Parts: sequence; C-alpha cells; structure tokens
Amino acid sequence: MNQIPDIIRQVPLEYYLFFSTALFAIGVIGVLTRRNAIVIFMCVELMLNAVNILLTALSAYRSDPNGQVFVFFIMAVAAAEVCVGLAIIVMIYRNIRSTDVQLLNHLKW
Amino acid sequence: MTSIILLSVFGIINLFVGFMKSKKILLPLALLFLVVVFGTNLLSWNNGQTYFNNMLTIDNYAVAFTGIMVLTTLFILPFSQRYIDAEDENLAEYYSILLFSLVGAIMMVAFENMIMLFVGVEILSIAMYVLAGSNKRSLRSNEAALKYFLMGSFFTGVLLFGIVLIYGATGSFNITEISAANVMADGTTNTMFILGLLILIIGISFKISAAPFHFWAPDVYEGTPTLFTTFMATVVKTAGVAAFYKLMHSAFGDSITAWYPTMIAITVLTLVVGNIGAVIQPSVKRMLAYSSISHAGYLLMTIVAFNDLSDNAIFFYSLSYAVASVMSFGVLKLVSDERRDESFAAFNGLGKTNPLLAFVMTVSMFSLAGIPLTAGFFGKLFVFSAVVATGNLMWLVVLAVILAAIGIYYYIKVVIAMYMQPAGENTKVPVSSFATLVLIICTVLTILLGIVPGLVSDIL
Repeated sequence: MNQIPDIIRQVPLEYYLFFSTALFAIGVIGVLTRRNAIVIFMCVELMLNAVNILLTALSAYRSDPNGQVFVFFIMAVAAAEVCVGLAIIVMIYRNIRSTDVQLLNHLKW
Repeated sequence: MTSIILLSVFGIINLFVGFMKSKKILLPLALLFLVVVFGTNLLSWNNGQTYFNNMLTIDNYAVAFTGIMVLTTLFILPFSQRYIDAEDENLAEYYSILLFSLVGAIMMVAFENMIMLFVGVEILSIAMYVLAGSNKRSLRSNEAALKYFLMGSFFTGVLLFGIVLIYGATGSFNITEISAANVMADGTTNTMFILGLLILIIGISFKISAAPFHFWAPDVYEGTPTLFTTFMATVVKTAGVAAFYKLMHSAFGDSITAWYPTMIAITVLTLVVGNIGAVIQPSVKRMLAYSSISHAGYLLMTIVAFNDLSDNAIFFYSLSYAVASVMSFGVLKLVSDERRDESFAAFNGLGKTNPLLAFVMTVSMFSLAGIPLTAGFFGKLFVFSAVVATGNLMWLVVLAVILAAIGIYYYIKVVIAMYMQPAGENTKVPVSSFATLVLIICTVLTILLGIVPGLVSDIL
C-alpha cells in the first residue's frame, strides 16, 4: 500500500490534469446534449469521477492526505445524490412512462 | 455547533413522532425545536470557537446568519397548516427534511474548510431536490424536481472542479491557508488558480441563482409547492449568498484582481435579468421568482463593495429580504391554495375580502421594492452606501437605483390588483390562527426595522 503514491507519481502530473479535464469536458458535453435523464445523470457522475481522479493525483504529488479524504466525502455525497436522483426519475417514469427530459416542458415563460 | 447537533437530533425525533396517530402535535413540536435552536445559537454570540479540527468556525457572522435562517424557518412552518388536514401527506418527513437542511445551511455560513462548504451545499441541495418533488402526482412538481436535481448535481460537479483546481494551485482546502498561500502576490498569473476561481464562482452563482446561471430558478420556483418555494427563496438564498461573501472575502480577498471583473459582470447581469424579467411575468409566483433573482443581484453588490460597511449591509439586507419574502410567499400560498390560481387576477379584490392579508402583502411588496418606512428601504440604502464607499463604482449604484425603480412597477401591480380591481367571484380566503400570528409578527418586524434600523444595523 505504501508504494501507491509512488506508482501514481510515475506519470507526470500534467497527464492527470489533461486526462481529468477531458473526462470532465465529456461529462459536460453529455449533460448538455443527451435527452435521457438517466444518461444525463451518468454524465454528471463522470464529472464527479474526473474530479476524484484529479484530487487523488494532486494529493499523491503533494504527499497531503487531505485530498484523498475529500474523495471519500465526494463518494458519500454522490451516493446520496444517486438515491434521491433515481427516486425522482422513477417518480417521473410512473407519471409519464418516459425518462426523456424534452417531454417535460410544462414550465415555461 | 450546538445548533447543528440539536437540529440533527430534533430532526430524528420529529421522524419518530410522525409514527403517532395524531398529526396535531407535529407543528407545535417543530416550532418548539426551532425556538430552542434559535436560543442556543444566540449563546455563541461573542463567544466564537472553531470545531472539527479547524473545519468549522462559529463566529458572530455565522451566528447572525444562522439566526436569520432559523427565524425564517420558524416563520415558514406555520403555513403548512393545510398539509395537517390532508390525510396522505407525510408531514413529519417534511419537517424533518427542513430541519436537516438547516444543518447544511449552518455549515455553509460557518465553514472554514472547502470540504465543509461542499458538504453543507449538498446537505441543503439534496434536501431541496426531495422537497421540490414532494407533490408526487403533480407533473409540474415532478418537472421542477428533475430540473433542479439535474442542474443542481451538474453545477455541484462544476463547483468541485473549481475547488480541486484551487487545491492544486494552493495546496490546501482551508480558507485561511488558501488566503495565506497568496499565489497572486508577486504579480504572476497562475492559470490553474484563476481558472479554478472562475469555475468556483460559476458553481456558487448557480446555487444563489445569479445570472447567467439563473435559468432554472423561475421554473423550479414555479413548480415546487409554494411552502418549499418560500424556503428556497429565503433560507437557501441567504445561506448561498452568505457562503459566497465569506468565501470571496476570507479566501480570495488578496487575489481580488482575479475575480473582480467577473463579479461585477455577474452582479450587473443578475440585476438586469431579474428586474426586467419580472416585469413581463403573468403569474405572481414567477414574478416573485424573478424578483428573488434581482435581490440576489443586490446582495451580490455587497461582495463587489468589499469594505467595512459591507458586512452589516449584507446582514441587514438578508434579514429584510427574508422577512418580506416569507410574507409575500405566505400570502401567495394562502391565496393560491384557496383560489387555485397564481396569476395577478387571483389577488383581485383581496383588499375587500381579506383586509389583513392585503395589508401584509402591501407591506411586503413595499419592503421588497425598497419604499421608505419598511426594512427593505434601509436594506437597499446600506448596500448602496457600501458600494458608494468604494469610490469608483458610482455607475453601478446608479444602474441599481434605476432597476429598483423598475422593480416598483411590478410590485405595485399586485397592490393595484388587491385594492383597485373588483373581487368578482373571488371569495374570502381562510387563514389559520398560526399563520395570522406569523404574518402579523413579520409585518411588525418589517415596519419596526424600517423606522429604527439601528436595532440590528451595526451588530457585526
């Protein structure tokens, strides 16, 4: 276990930065373009995981455990969000028999 | 800190009391809990301490804003009277979720560490996703919940990415250490830091519905049951703005050049979008939603002001805005529940059928518009004088005053409907005694603060 930070450090920090930025951007594009509520939700999870990877890498490079502790908080909160989010999606599916967000357009100005 | 523990315990107790057959005890019990929390919160005044290994600081700033939020919740709960009579409503759960979400709100105003800010934001937001969809069979409520949830979790991701980039640049989550790292000090531009800061501003701007990230607010406010819209417009907004203010001034006060232009742009856009958008709304609830966006703009002006006056200005403005919003949304809830209509026409002739409700609504509209003899006037006055004191932002004050004048138009529209229009088929709206009491207390508070603002205007 003690070697894990060293293993992480074998890859330059910039690579982690670019990788997680790319992953984050894919998540953002997915949220903006997809129509299925569940797929949008998966893209949001992708964004959170991009953040987790970056936090772990930064934390290993700085030898500072704070970043990895934050990852646990993000995981716990993401799990809570999944519970509430899927419940909301199920509630909507029961009412309109679909998870397409474009069918929900009752509120407009 | 005591208030956080007490609220968590009281929330759980409330859930268990919900098993009892009679629902009558729930409301008095929840109100009692909130009064206890309000009292214990005041014990921390001038007795600041840090908790959890320097992750939370309960200072006077946190105590003052906790006071506003607990008081607002105390005022909101009595309007849930109608739910008590309905058999299938899960009243105990609603009260518990409101109490739990207050925990998140308190963490947001007391945070000392980015982790606490994030956890606080999430406790508050996840509770609000549930409450937004609490009317399970209404498609509007469903849609509001889904929109709020998808947008909210998206911007949570954005907020986190900002926090991580700032961690990468400064090496810490602690706001004092971030400020001490002072990466902008020697005139170098640290791309990672600036990018993180801007992304962080975007993330929090969403939570307080500042333009251009306000698009969710009118839809969500309209679809959510009015009781919980009141909570969103007051407690969630107060907590968000207070956290934003603390973050900008404590953590990024030294790197002001990096965020100042962005902040001014967001403030101006929020003021313009909120006030202009409210003018064209056909429904009172949407009008109030846009007006809450414009009030976020006035609150953001205190962040831009950034001087000795702004602490007290943001406190007084939050207090006056929260009290006036409880009154306006409360009357709207009573009227729209009875008349099944949220348009301006629902208020026709209210001055004849319910003189008390009409008077309360008039006072709250005047307070929101900033007309003298109400608390809202001094709120705006303090905010504007804080901005004037910076010396070089006169144009922002002039713009804000012009937009406040536009604001008077759409607030007066409600007053005209109540007093000038014939009642037609509109009948008397029944009001419970609890709700009447709260409305009277709020009205007295608004007028009292409008005559003697010195009571709370320089406590911070």
